[in-house]
Amino acid sequence: MPDRRPFGLYVHVPFCSSRCGYCDFNTYTAGELGGSVHRDTFHEVLATEVRFAAESMGDARREVDTVFVGGGTPTLLGSHGLNAVLEAIRGEFGLAPGAEITTEANPDSVDERMLAELRAGGFTRISFGMQSTSTAVLRILDRTHTPGASLEAARSAATAGFEHVNLDLIYGTPGESDDDLRRSVADAVEAGVDHVSAYALIVEDRTPLARRVRRGEIPAPDDDEMADRYVIVDDLLTDAGMAWYEVSNWARPGGECRHNLGYWAGDGWWGIGPGAHSHLGGVRWWNVKHPSTYAGLLAEGRSPEAEREELTAEQRNMERVMLGLRLSGGLPLDAVSDDAASRVPDLVARGLLDPEGVERGRLALTLRGRLLADAVIRDLVP
Amino acid sequence: MRAQYLDRMDIERERGITIKSQAVRLPFTADDGGTFVLNLIDTPGHVDFTYEVSRSLAACEGAVLLVDAAQGIEAQTLANLYLALENDLAIIPVLNKIDLPAAQPEKYAAELSRIIGCEPDDVLRVSAKTGVGVHELLEKIVRDIPAPVGAADAPARAMIFDSVYDTYRGVITYIRVIDGHISTRERIQMMSTGAIHELLEVGVISPEAVPAKGLGVGEVGYLITGVKDVRQSRVGDTITSERKGATEALGGYRDPKPMVYSGLYPIDGSDYPELRDALDKLKLNDAALAYEPETSVALGFGFRCGFLGLLHLEIVRERLEREFDLDLISTQPNVVYRVFSDDGEEIIVTNPSEFPTQKVAKILEPIVKSTIITPSEFVGTVMELCQQRRGVMLGMDYLSEDRVEMRYTLPLAEIVFDFFDQLKSRTRGYASLDYDVTGEQEADLVKVDILLHGEPVDAFSAIVHKDKAMAYGVMMTAKLKELIPRQQFEVPIQAAIGSRVITRETIRAMRKDVLAKCYGGDISRKRKLLEKQKEGKKRMKMVGRVEVPQEAFIAALSTSDAPKK
Repeated sequence: MPDRRPFGLYVHVPFCSSRCGYCDFNTYTAGELGGSVHRDTFHEVLATEVRFAAESMGDARREVDTVFVGGGTPTLLGSHGLNAVLEAIRGEFGLAPGAEITTEANPDSVDERMLAELRAGGFTRISFGMQSTSTAVLRILDRTHTPGASLEAARSAATAGFEHVNLDLIYGTPGESDDDLRRSVADAVEAGVDHVSAYALIVEDRTPLARRVRRGEIPAPDDDEMADRYVIVDDLLTDAGMAWYEVSNWARPGGECRHNLGYWAGDGWWGIGPGAHSHLGGVRWWNVKHPSTYAGLLAEGRSPEAEREELTAEQRNMERVMLGLRLSGGLPLDAVSDDAASRVPDLVARGLLDPEGVERGRLALTLRGRLLADAVIRDLVP
Repeated sequence: MRAQYLDRMDIERERGITIKSQAVRLPFTADDGGTFVLNLIDTPGHVDFTYEVSRSLAACEGAVLLVDAAQGIEAQTLANLYLALENDLAIIPVLNKIDLPAAQPEKYAAELSRIIGCEPDDVLRVSAKTGVGVHELLEKIVRDIPAPVGAADAPARAMIFDSVYDTYRGVITYIRVIDGHISTRERIQMMSTGAIHELLEVGVISPEAVPAKGLGVGEVGYLITGVKDVRQSRVGDTITSERKGATEALGGYRDPKPMVYSGLYPIDGSDYPELRDALDKLKLNDAALAYEPETSVALGFGFRCGFLGLLHLEIVRERLEREFDLDLISTQPNVVYRVFSDDGEEIIVTNPSEFPTQKVAKILEPIVKSTIITPSEFVGTVMELCQQRRGVMLGMDYLSEDRVEMRYTLPLAEIVFDFFDQLKSRTRGYASLDYDVTGEQEADLVKVDILLHGEPVDAFSAIVHKDKAMAYGVMMTAKLKELIPRQQFEVPIQAAIGSRVITRETIRAMRKDVLAKCYGGDISRKRKLLEKQKEGKKRMKMVGRVEVPQEAFIAALSTSDAPKK
């Protein structure tokens, strides 16, 4: 019987024009990259893995429901490069009717012409790394765009015919005030997008930001303050007619990112690109990280896979709880063990699980529960 | 031949201390041609083992007072000197280590002569390392110390001055024959218990064990009876022959009595059976070690152990960790209190949990007479420390122009609470301390409980003087606030005397515990983190609803310092 669950492709573009101080993603500036890999031709390397993926899947190959191009800064491939990758996917796998095709974009690196070309190439959704509209915050984050650039880009994308537009926000940056955050959220809403992602700033180890915090140049983010900021974001977006559907994601009805929902629902996807993760048939694997190693393996006709893990039944259950609880729809009560279920009344009493959900047989987080989601997950995993 | 020949345990060698006595027989031919057999006993010096020292001294005619020529006499050596003088022993004062560049023989000879009441010239100068002066010392020993006197024909009486368990041979008992003769192929009797034992071997140490046919009056040696536990062959007891034995024991025997109690817990709870076996083994060689099982909310299963004092505690703990490969945590040491209820009932309290909850009429705590020797520049700071610890000064003497002997009465409980560390740190390590439990005094003591979210945490309860209850409460609550991770609810940490809360800290509720991003590439990492956290959760101790990592309890018990912010 063919698998009717949605199937997605993730494409990783490991380039940035400059490195942001808080970022620990697998991405490289031109200077860092060196060697044999070039941005101008990288879409060809990606297309090679698309062909490799299609061949590997053999009979299990099927039309793609969602594509998500992330990075890095995918728009550094240009509309030509991005459209070429999409064309390879269309050719090897085929796109399902109504497929959601997203690319991330830096507000700096798009213009009206590029947006129109991407739209024409088949992209339906675009996501901008806005982070904030406070100049001071953008400076701490080493972002190069001006406060207004993301808003303008979002409007242009809508004009160009993108069905869905997302703005990413970061809250809790040292120096950010409650009002800075309120203004950023209001600006995003004002720009008319149907989706907002908001992330607490994480000071990742081995980033320049972590070093600055360690040296005492800037204060470490405070968890209580982060909680307050989250509530601010949730209040403002809810007032604007958006609803949370995942801990860090809000959308107007129908604006949810279907590709990302696949991650949390445990669907299958193939990750194309250096360091990209895949999940198919109870196996998770990931590619080698460095672009030139990655390109080298593919050039030799070999798999760029670095490592894999076959999930045990217990691990699958754990992931189901861990990911499903992050969604507003939550989990069916029978997804957790009897032992875990016995703790549910206590979690409800502590205001972490929604009592009405439990009556309907669903385990869903309250606002307070969202802020303590990891603690709730620890109580409910097998 | 190895260095430090008589200190055989690793701990003894590393710390440069003597824990177990050692005896050795030394043949000596004097310059005048006379031949002698010297029986020497190397004794521990520390206050915890004063009883063993007193038995060794009782087995001797004279004592060589060995003092470090670079440091001068220490308080515990001074105490042992007084013990020897009480036993009417001939004293030969000796400065050792004169080869050291820092040696000041003139100064310390003057000091010793003042203490003993001799001429500075009478103090011998020796380097055991180079051999300088050793021959002169031996000459002086045979000249000044009288030969043993005793009734060779009387019924046998031998004093046990040490008793050691050996895995292969059972208990080896070290004796000094006072009267009569002990020979192989006879049966002996322990006079305190009446127990009869077969004699498997008798011998002398020269310097290794050499079997002999017997031991005559005045001789020092060992015997082996096949018993497996030093409790059956106790230091201080008198041995006689089964047939025609003595009717009157030599004086001075007493049962070893623990003075300090502490809980010992394995850090890994599954090590409990190993800890029990290890204590059973150590006990074979340590008549003073007492223990019984104990359970703590905070620390799980362990043992309440009784010790002669702090050094004894430390040594037992270190041997358990080292020889049995255990990781242990010990609770705050507790002395023995006698608590009297209103109706006159007496309760012995060796653990704060035994402290009565109802009103008490009277509490008696053990007190010690302590001697502190310190460079005179630290007299002020030592006085201040002793006053803080409820000390009463008994007197003060200058041993030399810059060294002072101070005498205080102090509650033993104050001494066991990091007094020695404080004394050392305030005197840059120069002061030395000796003390002797001399009695009891009535004291205004209370039990302070530490409550976590309303639940008492047994390991942190302490019996303290009323005036110090607040300080203890403030210190412990502040420390726990730092160490216990935030929970999903607010957690009050209180210090209370009975139902009266005296101080409070609050751990604010954790408000945020969620990873912001969890996309395709984050899932494996996040699941592994979760698996790790689940494992960690199993090691959490529950105090009511509060989850406390075991490490937090350990850290709170490991140091009495206030937490560093």
